[in-house]
Amino acid sequence: MATAVTVDKDRKYQSEVNDHSKRIMTEYSDQLARAAKGGEPAGFLMISGNCVEILRAFDMHPVFPEVNALQLAIRKQSLPMILKAEQMGYSSDNCAYVKADVGMLMSGGYGPQGTIPYPSLVVCNYVGCNVYVKWFEHIAEFCKAPLYMLDIPFLREGDAPSQDDITYVVRQLEELIATCSRITGKPFDIDKLREVLALSARAEEGWSRAKELCKVKPAPFDAYFDSINMMGPINVLRGTTQAAGFFDFAVEAFEALAAQHKGPLAEERFRTVVEGPPPYPYYRNFRNLFSAWGAVAVNSTYSTVGGLWEWGFRHDPRRPLESIAEQMLVENLTNRSLTARYQQIRRYVEEWEADALVIHSIKSCRLFSAGQGDMREYFTRDLGVATLLVESDLEDPRYYSEAQMKNRIDAFFESLEHRKFLRKGTGGDA
Amino acid sequence: MPITPIIERCRARLEDIEFGSVREWKARHPGGRAVGCFPVYTPVEIIHAAGMLPVGLFGGGNTIELANADARFQSFVCSIAKSTLEMGFQGRLKLLDGVIFSSICDVARNLSSVMARNFPELHVDYIHHAQNMTSPSAVDYVESEFGRIQRSMERLAGHPVSPGALAASLKTYNQIREILRTLYRIRRESPHLISTVELYILARAGTLVDPEDHLRELREVMDLLPARQGRPKDRVRVVIESAFCEQPPLDLLQVVEDAGCYIVDDDLLTGWRWYVEDVPEDPPPLRALAESYIRRSVYSSVRHDGPRSRNLGLVEKVRRANAQAVIFMPAKFCEPALFDYPLFRVALEQANIPHLVIEFEEKMWTFERTRNELETFVESMLFD
Ligand code: SF4
Ligand code: SF4
Repeated sequence: MATAVTVDKDRKYQSEVNDHSKRIMTEYSDQLARAAKGGEPAGFLMISGNCVEILRAFDMHPVFPEVNALQLAIRKQSLPMILKAEQMGYSSDNCAYVKADVGMLMSGGYGPQGTIPYPSLVVCNYVGCNVYVKWFEHIAEFCKAPLYMLDIPFLREGDAPSQDDITYVVRQLEELIATCSRITGKPFDIDKLREVLALSARAEEGWSRAKELCKVKPAPFDAYFDSINMMGPINVLRGTTQAAGFFDFAVEAFEALAAQHKGPLAEERFRTVVEGPPPYPYYRNFRNLFSAWGAVAVNSTYSTVGGLWEWGFRHDPRRPLESIAEQMLVENLTNRSLTARYQQIRRYVEEWEADALVIHSIKSCRLFSAGQGDMREYFTRDLGVATLLVESDLEDPRYYSEAQMKNRIDAFFESLEHRKFLRKGTGGDA
Repeated sequence: MPITPIIERCRARLEDIEFGSVREWKARHPGGRAVGCFPVYTPVEIIHAAGMLPVGLFGGGNTIELANADARFQSFVCSIAKSTLEMGFQGRLKLLDGVIFSSICDVARNLSSVMARNFPELHVDYIHHAQNMTSPSAVDYVESEFGRIQRSMERLAGHPVSPGALAASLKTYNQIREILRTLYRIRRESPHLISTVELYILARAGTLVDPEDHLRELREVMDLLPARQGRPKDRVRVVIESAFCEQPPLDLLQVVEDAGCYIVDDDLLTGWRWYVEDVPEDPPPLRALAESYIRRSVYSSVRHDGPRSRNLGLVEKVRRANAQAVIFMPAKFCEPALFDYPLFRVALEQANIPHLVIEFEEKMWTFERTRNELETFVESMLFD
């Protein structure tokens, strides 16, 4: 029986694409830090189905508190911030993304002394996640900043929003535009918005192409762990030349890898689809546990929280507000139902020819996790897809147990290997 | 007749895990359908106007052992979500033809999907309640959303809802809410005349019968109340906050009262009381309901604030009730309730209003620790 290979725990997965992403994301962070010092106008947004294009049309710096939280976790600095928030009365059961960000705000991370500008406007794009509403209510309260509640009706009947839903969102976008104009003192320039949207569409095209390339065997990159490096450019920097250029570069690089039959690991032994956000405080460790088995994610749901571009949707400069509304309403994972997510995963498993589904269930995020036991039920019982469910957290290091995680993952791939072996032995399809 | 037998009857109704009152209603209305309303707010008028019975669906309380649901929803998910699903697995929701969930939190949203998948015979609806309370377009949106629910209810009922029927339902529920508001006022002014346990039982039992029957029951209580005797006791006047979805066990409310508190306001069953004044009867009924949702409803932890924040809303509520303290009573793992606490706490501290936090689970059955905490709190208040 084959066993896991030992992975050098400092193993580097960096490719030139990841380096490129880091470079432009660092530039973005530097810009924010300068904006914080200079008091330049900043608009706060959440990642899911965001409308960053509108802020760009007013030259407002877009700030995403989720990115603040994520970076704290990756740098292993989240726990003191979380504890700080818990001292203020936040519960141990509340989403730790919020707590880390609030802790950071309370520790002077915002404003001229910090790295994040104070919000001139908090735009609560309520796209699916109810925690967003709380998070931004709190930020607005602590920073004494105005808040615009951009209410996006959940996609609740079928696959398309009603015309009334679209109208409601477009009218709110118009109000948001008027608000941005008032705050920045700049008139709204629709042509500028169209240019931004064209850049968005170019990045979206590249994003889709890249994800499509993971259908190739071996997949040229890991569509969970590596696609996180693409999420910054697509969700945060979308609408800039940097983001569009990044995806041009990425697609070229991945095409070359695919042509050379090269993947992120020396050997692709298992193709997985991953559901749920990663444990950022132990990102590298977690990845290594899969690499040890030659497991490569060929698609992931987390990569689609901001937008679902891979099925053809693009922002459209000819229909600026309507297409922004459609993206917020329909074209992202967060505003779709849990069972719609089952179908998304099913498509991934089938079309990307995956061997297994890995569910990483995280305590912080009930949007993702509540009901994932039912998801496992559906994939194992109804569809016969091998499914692994592991639990930890995306921000709070206290919920990650390396030993337990390793046991579960090893046991799963061992049996998966066994299954593969048996199928081959009996001449069944592998 | 004194009030107590009415309360006892209501108590039996809400403790009946077989939904006996729904069964009776169905027996009286052959072919009639019943629709469960998961907290917090459902426009029950629409269900009723379609000739169906709206039923308060508050989970399994402490009457259910989880056999299947905890494999579907993780340990860090609130109890009501799991017990509601478990009721489905155990066939206890068979009497219901439909269930309506709404956008109160991420858990309830996912639960509605899981329910729809596991019980295909159940008609499951999901309402996206407006979060933007200040946009001029919000009322149009809500009207459209309630209209969609109306069409869905028409499909379930098998016939259209006439504007006349909807107007009549608005009126009935206006009358119910009006009496409940009055009872809340009486309890605020003379908490010795009606206890919270009694008032709660009365209101909750009303979610399990035809609203006309509920109205009759409430009117009986109103008639009998003036004859009630009692003398105010030396107790601490408290407001209960954060128990808007999963409901605390009756025994917990009893413990609060026994520990020396008058509960003079609360957010229990808040969605069934929702409006601070009548829904007007003159505009077209759906429009009236939509406008009221935006302009005449209470503040809520499951909805973004209107022009005033709920932190101020809570302080005002305490002042209006002439209360001395707040008891936060969030259900364990209830994200919206827990998230509101840090800001509520600041607002109360600024207003010099003491508070106590008591986390509960619907299925809890020992209260010793809670009783001690409460008694200590009450003592500190009385001898301050
Ligand atoms: S609950 Fe999930 S989606 Fe919402 S803020 Fe937290 S991590 Fe993000
Ligand atoms: S108790 Fe709280 S978390 Fe649970 S369903 Fe209700 S509102 Fe949501």
